[in-house]
Amino acid sequence: MTCCTMDAESVLALSTTSSSAEEVRLASQPLGEGLRQLDLSVPDVHCGGCISTIERALLTLPFVKTARVNLTARRVTCVYQEEIETRATDPSKILAAINSAGYRAHLFTPSAPENDKTRNQLLLAIGVSGFATANIMLLSVSVWSGADAATRDMFHWISAMIAAPALVYAGRFFFKSAWNALRHGRTNMDVPISLAVTISYAVSLWETVHHGEHAWFDASVSLLFFLLIGRTLDHVMREKARAAINGLARLAPRGALLINPDGSRRYIAVEEIAVGDEISIAAGERVPVDSVVVSGESDVDLSIVTGESSPVAVASNSEVSSGAMNLTGSLVLRATRIAKNSLLSEIIGLMEAAEGGRARYRRIADRAAALYSPVVHLLALVSFLAWGILGGDWKQAMLVAVTVLIITCPCALGLAVPVVQVVAAGELFRKGIMVKDGSALERLAEADTVAFDKTGTLTMGSPRLVGVDTMDESATAIARGLAEHSRHPLSQALVRDTETAPISFDSVTEIPGGGLKARNGADIYRLGNTAFAGGTSFVPRTADSPYSEVVLSKNGVDLARFFFDDTLRPGAYEATDRLGAAGLETLIVSGDRQTVVDNTAHALGIDRAFGSLTPKQKVEECQRLNGQGRRVLMVGDGINDAPALAAAHVSMAPATASDIGRQAADLVFFNERLDAVPEAIAVARRSASLIRQNFALAIGYNVLAVPIAIAGLATPLIAAVAMSTSSIIVVTNALRLNAFGKRRDMKIRGGIGRSAEVKAA
Amino acid sequence: MNMLIYLIPIALLMGGMGLLAFLWSLKSGQYDDLQGAAWRILAEDETDERKP
Repeated sequence: MTCCTMDAESVLALSTTSSSAEEVRLASQPLGEGLRQLDLSVPDVHCGGCISTIERALLTLPFVKTARVNLTARRVTCVYQEEIETRATDPSKILAAINSAGYRAHLFTPSAPENDKTRNQLLLAIGVSGFATANIMLLSVSVWSGADAATRDMFHWISAMIAAPALVYAGRFFFKSAWNALRHGRTNMDVPISLAVTISYAVSLWETVHHGEHAWFDASVSLLFFLLIGRTLDHVMREKARAAINGLARLAPRGALLINPDGSRRYIAVEEIAVGDEISIAAGERVPVDSVVVSGESDVDLSIVTGESSPVAVASNSEVSSGAMNLTGSLVLRATRIAKNSLLSEIIGLMEAAEGGRARYRRIADRAAALYSPVVHLLALVSFLAWGILGGDWKQAMLVAVTVLIITCPCALGLAVPVVQVVAAGELFRKGIMVKDGSALERLAEADTVAFDKTGTLTMGSPRLVGVDTMDESATAIARGLAEHSRHPLSQALVRDTETAPISFDSVTEIPGGGLKARNGADIYRLGNTAFAGGTSFVPRTADSPYSEVVLSKNGVDLARFFFDDTLRPGAYEATDRLGAAGLETLIVSGDRQTVVDNTAHALGIDRAFGSLTPKQKVEECQRLNGQGRRVLMVGDGINDAPALAAAHVSMAPATASDIGRQAADLVFFNERLDAVPEAIAVARRSASLIRQNFALAIGYNVLAVPIAIAGLATPLIAAVAMSTSSIIVVTNALRLNAFGKRRDMKIRGGIGRSAEVKAA
Repeated sequence: MNMLIYLIPIALLMGGMGLLAFLWSLKSGQYDDLQGAAWRILAEDETDERKP
């Protein structure tokens, strides 16, 4: 059972997710009466055990009123008192409590709950149309089983009265969308739906008024009922993924400690930071806006901003860009740009500009509708004219035309795509992969080239010790003893990857931008970069090698050198292997140095690797491949990848990615393994072929049913039964995807680069 | 024949009651966390509310 187990790395990460009381208060909403509501994202909750652990941990805090975990959205909603007995409470204890229970918790601002409203409206519409369908069917069955004139009329009238409000209420989604499409000179699936529903109601009413034998109230309402199910499934799938993706940790900090000219400090929101303001950033915090260092020395981690894998030392007058993580020392910065003009916002601008390529993509259902609806309308019109002219009975002609519209109504077609996509998204969700919307699955099935980012995607962005160069056996133990005092990623790697017992020292100090310095008796040990450990006398051996180098010296004498490399993401070999076996081409696009990138590419057997790319160049590379007719799947995590993620045909990001990286990606995978990529492609291709089958089934049904309707042989009973049967067949077919997911040996199947062509008859 | 005058309104009323029950469950947020609800059945006691 993998549930609720935490790996060592996430436990380490727990210590870095601390927030100040001010920040937490800023993130919570006032509810009145001294109560505030805090929404937290807790990406690790899996099961019932997690729910009760977290809720119990929170309720032991005296100021917490209620705590409720939402497992679907992976969130915790916590209501707490602002003060107890006139003393202000410390809401950051809420995060601390969740952390100590073993879960990561992140602040997030809940977006307007509008999205959920749409889902509730859709569910309401299903409820109403379901109610109407059930009751009208009941009455219709009585009519079919031989109710005579007066009774039949009464039943028809009751049906009409039930149907009218139900159609207006439940059908408004389709009417609105159809009207919108028509107004812009386009047509979509909703146009024939709206037409069939309104015309069949009108004709049925006319029939009822004239004591006719047949009325189609049941058909028009049940049609809406089935279509609403498809529409709701589509919507729920999209929202579920979006909630989980948006709810993850925010990369951009929400505030910073402002240093006033008189020396006092105040916590303010990021948007309030003005150019020239001085802000204080402690070790472990992210830089909120582009700024220069006023005082202090430190190392900053730029991996999520530029893809550069080794930390960069900064001192007075160095520029730091927003999103960088301050690692070792505290800094005082002077803002050079406001939040709106900082690097983060520039990237967002670049991203929006790059999204054009994807916006042109038309969903399979719409492509089908473009072919389907004119054919259906033409058929109905032709049969109307033919029956009218040849038969001379225009009333009969009208009835036949309506029957054609009802029987061909894209009920099965409307379900064909969303049902498959919901089943596929559920399958992927169980594997820890979130899909933002259905079209992402369609596009993923078409991908034939995979472009990987390096740092954070192919590699974990955390260093690993790969070599020690020393004459002295005890050097490793000394280095480890020193490294235990630091939070620098290289030090942590040194501690993690060595097994010797560490040596203790009299005193250890960390010099930001340099390394660690320790005294043991009269000896001075230094562990850090070459300049720090040996001054100018040492020459770095790895000037152009892919490794990061750390030197240990004793009283200025070179004792040992440690070489570090980035850890490959688990499953990276298997992933690139399986992609290659399935005929997909792989390449690397990275912002890191070319030598480092080449090294990773070599390790994974990838032929084409581009290093030192700016975000803009990544986009250009994607567009160049697009221009060659390739469908690119971009996999990346950093801020610098976001524009390329938006520009590619389809994109994936790990859950550890930056906020805007996740926003830009179509799919987000929560497990660490890179296997998620070929697995997602396999499921997407399988669902693409199921969608094609469903279209074939739906069209086959039409081919059978339409001649019957045109010949005037269809009774309402036949129409209703046929319509329901075709829908049920389509749903059953979609469920076959589940059986596919349970098979162990999943291979990527389906044609490569073959788009799901829809040939509607 | 005459019993239809009673039976149809009764049928509609019962259906309408079902509809109202559904509306109520929707409004009270019972569909907000379906996965969580599945697990909460197994929890021994309700932990989300502090006793006053």
